[in-house]
Amino acid sequence: MATFRMTVDGKRVSVNAEPEMPLLYALRDDLGLNNPHFGCGLAQCGACTVHLNGEPVRSCVLPVSAASGKRVTTIKGLGTPKKPHPLQAAYVEEQVPQCGYCINGWIMTAAAVLKKNPKASDAELRDALAGLKCRCGTHVSILRAIKRAQQSMA
Amino acid sequence: MNAPISRREFLQASGALVVSVLVPFEESIAAGLSAARQNLVPGELDSWIAVLPSGRVQAFFGKMDMGQSLEPAIAQIVADELDVPFERVDVLMGDTGTSCNQGGASGSTGISQGARPLRNAAAEARRLLVQEASKRLGVAESELAVADGVVSGGGKSVSYAQLIGGKRFNQQVEWNKQTGNAMNIKVQAKPKAPGAYKVVGKSFARRDVAWKVYGTGDYVTDLRLPGMLHARVIRPPRAACKVAGVDEASVKGIPGVRVFRERDFVAVLAPREWDAVRAAQALKVDWQGPDNAFPEMAKLHDHIRSAKAVKREEPVKVGDVAAAFKQPGLRIVEAEYEWPFQSHACMGPACAVAEVKGDSCTVWSGSQKPHFVRDGVAALLGMPQEKVRTIWVTGPGSYGRNDAGDAALEAAYLAKAVGKPVRVQGMRADATGWDPKGPASLHRARAALDASGRVVAYEFVAKGFSRQHIATNESKPADSLIGQALGLEAKPTWIFGEPVESYVFDNKLLAWETIAPLVDNCSPLRTSHLRDPVGPELHFASESFMDELAAAAGEDPVAFRLKYLSNPRHAAVVKAVAEKANWKPRATPSRDGKGRGLSFAERNGTAVAAVAEVEVDRATGRVWARRFFIAHDCGLIINPTGLRQTIEGNVVQGTSRTLFEEVRFDRDSVKSVDWASYPILEMPDAPESIEIVLIDRPEVAPSGAGEPSIRVIPSALANAVYDATGVRMRKAPLSPERVKAALGAT
Repeated sequence: MATFRMTVDGKRVSVNAEPEMPLLYALRDDLGLNNPHFGCGLAQCGACTVHLNGEPVRSCVLPVSAASGKRVTTIKGLGTPKKPHPLQAAYVEEQVPQCGYCINGWIMTAAAVLKKNPKASDAELRDALAGLKCRCGTHVSILRAIKRAQQSMA
Repeated sequence: MNAPISRREFLQASGALVVSVLVPFEESIAAGLSAARQNLVPGELDSWIAVLPSGRVQAFFGKMDMGQSLEPAIAQIVADELDVPFERVDVLMGDTGTSCNQGGASGSTGISQGARPLRNAAAEARRLLVQEASKRLGVAESELAVADGVVSGGGKSVSYAQLIGGKRFNQQVEWNKQTGNAMNIKVQAKPKAPGAYKVVGKSFARRDVAWKVYGTGDYVTDLRLPGMLHARVIRPPRAACKVAGVDEASVKGIPGVRVFRERDFVAVLAPREWDAVRAAQALKVDWQGPDNAFPEMAKLHDHIRSAKAVKREEPVKVGDVAAAFKQPGLRIVEAEYEWPFQSHACMGPACAVAEVKGDSCTVWSGSQKPHFVRDGVAALLGMPQEKVRTIWVTGPGSYGRNDAGDAALEAAYLAKAVGKPVRVQGMRADATGWDPKGPASLHRARAALDASGRVVAYEFVAKGFSRQHIATNESKPADSLIGQALGLEAKPTWIFGEPVESYVFDNKLLAWETIAPLVDNCSPLRTSHLRDPVGPELHFASESFMDELAAAAGEDPVAFRLKYLSNPRHAAVVKAVAEKANWKPRATPSRDGKGRGLSFAERNGTAVAAVAEVEVDRATGRVWARRFFIAHDCGLIINPTGLRQTIEGNVVQGTSRTLFEEVRFDRDSVKSVDWASYPILEMPDAPESIEIVLIDRPEVAPSGAGEPSIRVIPSALANAVYDATGVRMRKAPLSPERVKAALGAT
């Protein structure tokens, strides 16, 4: 066990854990942040996605030690009902999630994509979002929401 | 969980409309009176509906919204009958402490059957409230009108809240004595005619979207109780294993870890989740099991072909098929179609939290049948049912009998054993590897055409593993993995199914046969209900075959179907989808790499037709389902936006199952254990558009929309691939490798 300090959603926190413990468990179990979700533990679905210094990472495989001294942003830090990220507002508008367990990954990943490439085309978005899973099959409305967000950000 | 005021709190206020001495509602909350009322009686109006002192209405629903807009639909129906705004109705779902057993999420019956008692209850509540208002105001009922929960007439008015807020109706209703989907009540009030609906038929937004998008609500995976232990159940490495020994020393170094073993059920528990995960990985268990329990995967359908049928049914039999086939001068068309085992592959492994206190147990579960979980937990723990409460909390997706019920029973059993609250969650391999599977099957179709191309004989026989090797709910522990690990044995129900259509052929036989499971108990290839149970595979075969018949007859697939469809609503969806897709009649495939395919089917009264438009890459075998057109008729439409989203989900999930999904296994175990070994559709393969025609029939009772539209997708795609390539794909999934191989063979 060792102590790791980091900033999560703007707050400075410290976690006591084995260095190899995935960041996901620190966020959920030690810090009580219920998003991100455990989907696969294998970086294959994206449900656990957070931003590490602004870059999307799969927290289910990222050792907590690798987040030490860095800035972690979860979906709660991305936006709030009062101050939503444009993607969150668009997702609500388009009524995207069904079970919604995957949505964290789609929003966190798309937020990073749009930051770099606000005018990403349909083809670019499809490529950039490969590797994320949605079992309810909401892909078409996810694309609608992202395009709506792109318009609102333009 | 997110309801502003719980039924428990409401029920603490045990006043009544006709009783003048009341416990004020807020006071009763402050007094901290506890415990949900057990054994809710369907024959009491108060079991279904309540008006709070604030004027908010609570509807107690024994089914749940799994993300397909059922919650707003129920609220709309209740709002219309009561004449209150939609926003004022809360639907409390899936808590055995607050709702009667309406069967949970099941068979797309959420509205068709589930809404009936709520509609009746709301109508009866309105009748009683108007009656009471008449007395209070001294105005005849015929002079009274209700708007926004306020009864007015003769220049006076009184609100529902003033009339009954926080009190009980104490009104008997006539329960039909059915439990599950068919539960209904008869009341004195007459529900409104569809023409009077103001709220039904409009698109009201779901109320579970915002918290999912902002991360401000709880999934079942997010619940934590004080003192709770995290558990991981150790699944065997292969089918039908027994435990010969457990080496507890193998997890000795992990803090606070406890190993639990009873017969062949093994679990590890720890105060920290990561420690439970590590312990599950480290624990050495000596598993003993039979070798080669499964056939070679490549020979799965040979096995099905040659296996003895344990049951055969012939649900549709018209004329004399055998004799008709023997007539001279006929052209015989035959084909055989194969469908693999498929996994629910939910977004996360199942999770449940359970707490045993004294002689009672509470379980929080994502199972879509919480009332049956209650019954199963009671049986497993040896508790009376009224001592068990199951509270449904949104889980990581649910499309049938997935792994959620197993987790619920396991959490309850462990919680009782260790005397602490227990949270069970699987790892990915437990989910895809061990969830109940959709059954693999084989479908043989045969038809005879006369010289004019008319179908004079038609025979369709499905043969596969039962869709209920284990039951569709968890009420019997023998149907759960823990029950079987403890020595209980599943008793399968032998059932498959047949295509649902209205094609009129002079001689017609639709039959099905089921075969025994490969392994009776503790099998990772146990089968049960997966969204639209056996619908996608049956219609993959039957509607592909209709296309083959159209081709054999030299006719256009749309015209060919319309020639034989006898139900006007069936014909209407086929015509509607053809019009929407701007269908160009054709009798031969285009073979230019782009193609369109039609499919049609019914499901319990809902008619749906699809046109899929695909692009086939001959070099890679990749099929891109670029566009879909859907025509959908489920009778009266409650919430058009919710319906559209539900259809879209069906289309995409159906595309995934058709193009990508197949449970892999070797002679001993399931090898589809993650998203790499059980791929599903990802964004690059998502359709570009799904254009939907909703046919609203207010005069026809709603018939369900959660599943019907998935059953037409596999055949629409296969038929489109045929149009694009001239090659008929009769084995699912239509994976790139398989399509490439088929194209190479031409």
